Amino acid sequence: MSDTIQTNRRRFIQGTAASLMIGIHLPILVSPKVQASVHAKDLSANAFVRISPDNSVTVLIKHIEFGQGAYTGLATLVAEELDADWSQMRAEHAPANVELYKNLAFGVQGTGGSTGLANSYQTMRVAGANAKKMLVQAAAKKWSVDDKEIQVQKGVVSHQKSGQQATFGELVEIAGKLPLPTAKPKLKSADQFQLIGTDVPKLDTLDKTRGQATYTLDIYKENMLTAVVARGPVFGARIKTFDDSAARKITGVVDIKQLSSGVAVYAKNTFDAIKGRNALEIEWDLGAAETRSSADLDNVFRDTIKKSGKTVVQKGDAIKTIAEADNKIEVELSFPYLAHAPMETLDAVMLAEDGKVTAWFGSQIPTLDQGAIAQVFGMQPSDVDIQTQLAGGSFGRRVTPGSHFAVEAAEATKAMGKGVPVKTIWTREDDIQGGFYRPMARHSIAASVNNQGKITAWQHKVAVQSILKGTLFESMMQNGIDPSSVEGISDLRYKVDNLHVSLHDMEVGVPVLWWRSVGHTHTAYAVETFIDILLERIEQDPIEGRLALLADHPRESGVLKVADRMAKSAGPVPSGRARGVAVVQSFGSFVAQIAEVSRGDNGMPKVHNVWCAVDCGLAVNTNIVRAQIEGGLGYGLDALLHGELTLGEGGKVEQSNFHNYQTLRINEMPNVEVEIVKSDAPPSGVGEPGTPPIGPAVSNAWRRLTGQYVDTLPFSRGVIPNSNGIKLSS
Amino acid sequence: MIWESRKTSKKNYDYIAVLINIRSLFLPENIVAIKLNVNGESREVEVSADTPLLWVLRDELKLTGTKFGCGMAQCGACTVHINGTPQRSCVFPVSAAANMSITTIEGIDGPQADAIQAAWQELDVPQCGYCQSGQIMSAVGLLKATPNPTDQDIDNGMSGNLCRCATYVRIRQAIHNAADKLEG
Repeated sequence: MSDTIQTNRRRFIQGTAASLMIGIHLPILVSPKVQASVHAKDLSANAFVRISPDNSVTVLIKHIEFGQGAYTGLATLVAEELDADWSQMRAEHAPANVELYKNLAFGVQGTGGSTGLANSYQTMRVAGANAKKMLVQAAAKKWSVDDKEIQVQKGVVSHQKSGQQATFGELVEIAGKLPLPTAKPKLKSADQFQLIGTDVPKLDTLDKTRGQATYTLDIYKENMLTAVVARGPVFGARIKTFDDSAARKITGVVDIKQLSSGVAVYAKNTFDAIKGRNALEIEWDLGAAETRSSADLDNVFRDTIKKSGKTVVQKGDAIKTIAEADNKIEVELSFPYLAHAPMETLDAVMLAEDGKVTAWFGSQIPTLDQGAIAQVFGMQPSDVDIQTQLAGGSFGRRVTPGSHFAVEAAEATKAMGKGVPVKTIWTREDDIQGGFYRPMARHSIAASVNNQGKITAWQHKVAVQSILKGTLFESMMQNGIDPSSVEGISDLRYKVDNLHVSLHDMEVGVPVLWWRSVGHTHTAYAVETFIDILLERIEQDPIEGRLALLADHPRESGVLKVADRMAKSAGPVPSGRARGVAVVQSFGSFVAQIAEVSRGDNGMPKVHNVWCAVDCGLAVNTNIVRAQIEGGLGYGLDALLHGELTLGEGGKVEQSNFHNYQTLRINEMPNVEVEIVKSDAPPSGVGEPGTPPIGPAVSNAWRRLTGQYVDTLPFSRGVIPNSNGIKLSS
Repeated sequence: MIWESRKTSKKNYDYIAVLINIRSLFLPENIVAIKLNVNGESREVEVSADTPLLWVLRDELKLTGTKFGCGMAQCGACTVHINGTPQRSCVFPVSAAANMSITTIEGIDGPQADAIQAAWQELDVPQCGYCQSGQIMSAVGLLKATPNPTDQDIDNGMSGNLCRCATYVRIRQAIHNAADKLEG
């Protein structure tokens, strides 16, 4: 049974790509004609590579760059096969064109699931190799020599016998007149790599340290207005009536329009628009709104998890085994809503004129956004040009199946009409209170152990709101199960003879979304803290015990051993501290982390050091891999310590900005050491896999240090100050 | 608000206040004309007097390196230097900035700035990069005040700057590297 529920997101998306494409009514495709060239004198070698007479090589990146390193990673693949010099490489976002730029894992153009590098690995290398072939043929023609005698090295094309050489730029004109290569190019073998597997500098660092990188917020068009939108006080609220007379009197306010999501206030200066919005008086219809508080929902989740849910995995008879066992352990865990809170809030600039729309924004799934914008304007998707911008983070926030933000920005632009460019901005309050959170979850886990020190059965119940249900992506559900609700449990790596996993789909009127590492954000905490407790009960070492149960999983075992070695070589555990471990497979990559923790002055854990081992197959850029693991664990540590979004009386979100939605600051960031395990496996993603293990690793260390098992996240809620341990039911 | 600007200006304040008032007679209600010194250049803007400096820098002067993150001095993405000291421009009324020396990421220079930016580049600190202008402005301010900061000094000086990509490990290292370079 467990084999039929595949919870690896990439694989299930792949498996259902066809139905997904039908399900979302893919727009009529834009012309497949290659559009990579913007300057007539450039060589547009293919859809991904453009070479200019000034000798620069620009790689068109089909994935949005929001910090994960897509620009550098994908350009590295091209440069490798092209034998370019790294200093001549540039990167820019590809336009929205599903035929040319679809994510091979999704079937639509988009970024997510840590798929960026893996699904481009072959494509970009082929693009680089083909471009190289064109340059070689151009040189052969120019010098009248055999193309087999021509060499390319670090951006120089040369012919040894005749002593001739040329830069790429000098060959662009001739190459542009040659037919495009049709034969499949021969790619380098791993031992020939010059750039892949090294630390090439990131292409976007220089601009990002000088304030010169352009994000959506930085786009200003002539006569542009900025719009902010007043939305309902609770989820599902609808406008009954509104009075904008006071708002219209605010200096700078140009106009006010009603949209389907709320009331938009337009001004030339952002601050005037915000002031105008504050002066609106809106009466809301709460008839269809979600008015339950977090406390109400908590009660519902507690009641629900007592009942049996939909069976996801049934191996052996876990329920019976546990019922008959003398030695058993039960825990119940709760996880709050989490906001993504990327540094750049949602924003877009759009211009509609002459029957076309141009949209400048950090579109993470351009194919869907393009269709949604077209629908608002009553146009064909091919009439919508999306110019993807660098985005100030996403962590999942910019992939919304219903394109709610693209729709709002399109409506705001359409409502102004008259060819006026409109920048629609969410303030931080809009972001924190705007929904699309990591869903609230509750787990109930029971297990039995026998006198021989063996875990005999594991029963795991999850209550969580589905991310897919009711969205365009619903076709990715399997037998009524949202795989992302139970990933990491339904494919439990630890060897247990009797396993029972069940799921309650919670119906809540709060919009939810994938949040960096999706289901693993809660399932990894549940599994990795629970196994730690079980190993202690059967008197086994946390590392040796895990290794014994992972005998059939060499890559998990591999990273676990490396992290163990790293921590041990750092020396013995200093007094007043404890170490905890976790190992998690997510998105095809394997990460083990060991955290060293003490009790801080505020009674909360102080994380001093984290040792991480990662196996992500072939690491294309080791610098970016390390950066993603460092950042990913920071993001996870943030959620563990204080990430919490709560609904108050009547369903209103209680947090509004960074003063009460606390996020990780530099004083809470531990020292981090990352080691990348050498691997011959194909590259797999690193954007998300650094996040899941840190929570359980810290929690396991905390339990060892204080005796307290924190079953209610975040720690700021779940930690009992100065506690010396809680009793686990047995 | 006009009189606030008078309080904060150090010289010629009467002249400036009069100038603001006279110009403002010809402007729409609540709009004032304010002279700013930004990155060594004199600039004049006409905005509501309570507009935060951030939105004047961005929307009026198109100095877009300074970012909006929270609007309430909680995240530091909008950090600029006012008379040489890091300030959160999102809560700094433009009227209070009149006749002060404002430096943004576009205009930052000097040995500390050069060392910080070089260290940032060497370690590839930025991920999404959105908060990094503010991080760098704060780091330059920190190094000016504390040339050889400890980890604790860095925590104190930089904990007002959020980075959701959590590039903190590299920020800490880059500040140490820059300090070492300046010392050496």
